[in-house]
Amino acid sequence: MASGTLPSVAEHPQVTAFKRRQKVKRGALVLIALAFSALVMGVPVAAIFARAFQEGVAVYWTNIVEPDTLYAIWLTVLTALIVLPINIVYGVAVAWLITRYRFPGRRVLLTIIELPFSISPIVAGLCYLLIYGGTSVIGSWADEWNIQLMFNLTGIVLVSLFVTCPFVARELIPLMQVSGKDQEEAALTLGATGWQTFRHVTLPNIRWALLYGAILANARVMGEFGAVSVVSGNIRGETMTLPLQVQLLYDDYNATGAFAAATVLTLIAVITLVLRSLIEARHPHRH
Amino acid sequence: MALHIEDITKFYGTNQVLDQVNLSMQDGEFIALLGPSGSGKTSLLRIIAGLQFADGGRLSFDGEDITGVDARLRRFGMVFQSYALFEHMSVVDNVAFGLKMRPRANRPNKGEISDRVRKLLDMAEISELGERFPSQLSGGQRQRVALTRALAIEPRLLLLDEPFSALDTKVRKGLRGALRDLQKKVGIGAILVTHDQEEAFEIADRIAIMADGKIQQFDTPNNLLRSPATPFVSEFLEGMGSYHAAGAGI
Amino acid sequence: MTTVLSSGPVPSGPTRRGAARVLPGFGLTLGISLLFVALIILLPLSGLAWQMSQLGFSDYLRIISSERTLAAFRVTLSAAALATIFNACFGLLLAWVLVRYEFPGKRLLDALVDLPFALPTAVAGISLVALYDKSGWMGTLLDGMGLKVAYTWWGIALAMVFTSVPFGVRTVQPVMESLSHDIEEAARTLGARDWQVFRHIVFPQLWPSFITGASLAFARSLGEFGAVIFIAGNMPFETEIASLLIMIRLEEYDFPAASAIAGTVLAIALFVLILANLAQGRASRHLNGGA
Repeated sequence: MASGTLPSVAEHPQVTAFKRRQKVKRGALVLIALAFSALVMGVPVAAIFARAFQEGVAVYWTNIVEPDTLYAIWLTVLTALIVLPINIVYGVAVAWLITRYRFPGRRVLLTIIELPFSISPIVAGLCYLLIYGGTSVIGSWADEWNIQLMFNLTGIVLVSLFVTCPFVARELIPLMQVSGKDQEEAALTLGATGWQTFRHVTLPNIRWALLYGAILANARVMGEFGAVSVVSGNIRGETMTLPLQVQLLYDDYNATGAFAAATVLTLIAVITLVLRSLIEARHPHRH
Repeated sequence: MALHIEDITKFYGTNQVLDQVNLSMQDGEFIALLGPSGSGKTSLLRIIAGLQFADGGRLSFDGEDITGVDARLRRFGMVFQSYALFEHMSVVDNVAFGLKMRPRANRPNKGEISDRVRKLLDMAEISELGERFPSQLSGGQRQRVALTRALAIEPRLLLLDEPFSALDTKVRKGLRGALRDLQKKVGIGAILVTHDQEEAFEIADRIAIMADGKIQQFDTPNNLLRSPATPFVSEFLEGMGSYHAAGAGI
Repeated sequence: MTTVLSSGPVPSGPTRRGAARVLPGFGLTLGISLLFVALIILLPLSGLAWQMSQLGFSDYLRIISSERTLAAFRVTLSAAALATIFNACFGLLLAWVLVRYEFPGKRLLDALVDLPFALPTAVAGISLVALYDKSGWMGTLLDGMGLKVAYTWWGIALAMVFTSVPFGVRTVQPVMESLSHDIEEAARTLGARDWQVFRHIVFPQLWPSFITGASLAFARSLGEFGAVIFIAGNMPFETEIASLLIMIRLEEYDFPAASAIAGTVLAIALFVLILANLAQGRASRHLNGGA
C-alpha cells in the first residue's frame, strides 16, 4: 500500500467519488434556486424594460417627459421629501425611548410600532378615510377651517407615514438595545449635554442602521400603491403619484407609457437594493 | 489490528495541518491524541470520523479501506466537544436517534429501541433523566448523554473530542473514571483528543503526542516518561514525572 | 386621548419618576412617540373600530355572508394559502442555498430576494400581466400547453407568490446561519443520511422561524392589492379579491360594507400572526434554554 507519495498528494478514489456526489447534489440545488428566482423575480423585471423600449428609445423618452408623468415623478419625490424626515425623527425618538428607559406600557408600545406592517394597504387607506375624511368628526372640523385632509397631498403624506413608520425604528431598536447606554452615560459624566451626547455619541453609532432604514422606507414611500390610491382621490395632474400614474396609463391602454413610467420606479428599486447590499457588506448589522 | 492510519496528510489552503501521519491501534485499546492547540489532533480525529477527508493517505478498519466512506456508514461513535445534543429532543430521543436512522431492513422495532435505550441509560446511570430535554441538564449530565448516544449505535470505535473541556475540575475527575469503565465494559477501542497531559495519562493505554501536524512519539505513558523521543516531548511532559512518581497513573 | 395630548413635546429634563432615568430626553422622545403613534397609527385604526361598532352584528353578518363577499374571501384565502405554501418551501431552499453554498452570482441572488419588497406592487402587477398575458413571453409558452394564468385564479396566486418571496427566505436565513455544524455532524456519525439530517435535525430547529415566515407571507398575501388587481381579471365571484371589493365598496361610498370586509381581513391577518406567535413560542421552548 504505497499511496500518498510526496510531494504531490494523491487523493483517494473513494474520496474523489464522494466529493463528486456532494458537488452534484449542491449543483442541483443551486440550479433549482437560481432557475426559480430567475423565473419568479428576474424575468418580470426584464419584461418591464423590454416592454418600455419595445417601440424604441425615442418613444420611451417621449413617454417619460410627458407632463403628467413628470408631475407624478415630482409629486412622488415631494412626498418622500416630507415623509422621510418625519419618519427619521419619529424612528430615532421611539428607538431612544424604548431602548434607554423602562416605563409602564413599553411592551405595548413595541407592539404598536410594528402594527402597520401587518395591516394591508387598502385597509390602512380605508382607516384614514374613516377618521380624516370629509364625513368624519375630525374631517368636518378641519373643513370648517377650510382644511382638507384627504384626496390631496396631505392625505398621501399621512398614509405614507403610516405604511412606512416601522422601517427606521425596527432597524434602530435592536442595534441600540445591544450597544447599551454605557457610552451615553460616559458622555454625560464628561459634561456633555443631552443633545451633544446624541449628536457625538449615539448618532455615529447608529448612522448606518438609520440610513438603512431610511432607504427601505424611501422605497416603500415612492412605491406605495394601495393605501395611496384610496386617499389620493385619483385627480389627474394633481394627486397622481408615480405608481398611480402607472395604473392610469395602463388602464388608458397606453401600455408603453405605463411601462416607461414603471422603469423609473424599477430603477429606484434597483438602486435601493444596491445601496442595501453595499451597506450590508460594509456594516453587517443584520442577520 | 483495528484502526490503521497510513500517511494521512491534510492541508487547509496552503497550510499543512497533518503531515504523513501513521498510527495503528489494537482492538479494545484506549489511545489519546495529546498535543497543544494547532497540533492537528482534532483534524486527525475528524478525518477518522469521516467528517473531513484527507488530501492524501489512507485509513483502514479491520482490513476494510474506509478512506472515502461516508461518516454515517463508518459506525464510529463520536462525542463532540460541545456534545452537540439535539436540543429539540428529549434524552431518550437523543439516545434512540442512531437506531431510528437505520435503513428499514435492519432497524429494530419500537419496543426493541426503547428497551435498548433504557438499558443504555441504566448503564450510564442516567435512567432518571430520560424524559428531560438537554437544556434541563447539567454539564456532566450532558456529557453522559452524549456518550450514551454515541454508544447506542453499537459503534466499532469511540471517538472523543475534548469531552471534558466544558466541565469544571471536580466533575471532570469523577467522569474520567466513569468513561474508562464504560469503555472497558463495552469492549471497543477509543480515541481521545485532549490537550491535558494529566487526563491523557490517567485514561489512555497509549498516547500519541502531536505537534506541527506530526506524531512526535506514540507509546505507553511509562515509556513516554522514561524515554522521550524528542526534546519537544520531554518539554511537553515536564511536570508529569512527579505525577507518575506519585503512582496515580494506570 | 387626553393623557396623550397633555404630554406633547415638552423640553427634556428630570421627570417626576425620573430619578432612575439618568439620560435626558425622556419627555421629548415620549412626547414625539406618543403624538405620532396616536395620530398616525392608533387614531386611524380606532376609526375602523368605531365604524364597525356602529354597524351592529346583524348588518355585519349580512355584508359578510353575501355571495359576492364570500366568494371574494374564498378566492383570496385559497390563493394566499397556495402562495404561502409555495413560498415557505421555496424560501427554505433559497435560504439553504444562500447560507450553505458558495457559487457565482450568490450576491446577486441575495439582493434579488429583496426585489419584491423594493419593487412597487403596481409595477410588479403590470409586469406580471405583460409576461403572462396571451401575447407575453410566458403566456405564449403556457398557451401552447393549454394553460392560462393571466386573468385567472392562478394569476392571483402568482402575484401573491411574487410579493411574499422575501418573507420565506429572510425569516429562516438568520436562524440557518446560526445553526451549529456540530449537531449535524453528530447526526451523521450516528448514521443519518443527508435528508434525515435535514428532516430530523435541521428542520426542527428552523421550524419556529419557518412558521413566522409563512404567517407573514400569508398576512401579506391576504392584503395584497397592487400586484394582484392587474393580473386578476377582477370578475366578481371568480377572480375578485377581498381588497378589491373593499375598494369597490369605497367608490360606492358604502363605508359600512367596506369597513366590514376590511375589519375581517384585518382580523384574519392578526389572528394568523398571533397564532404563529403562540406556535413559535411552543416550538422553541426547548431550543432557547440550551447551553
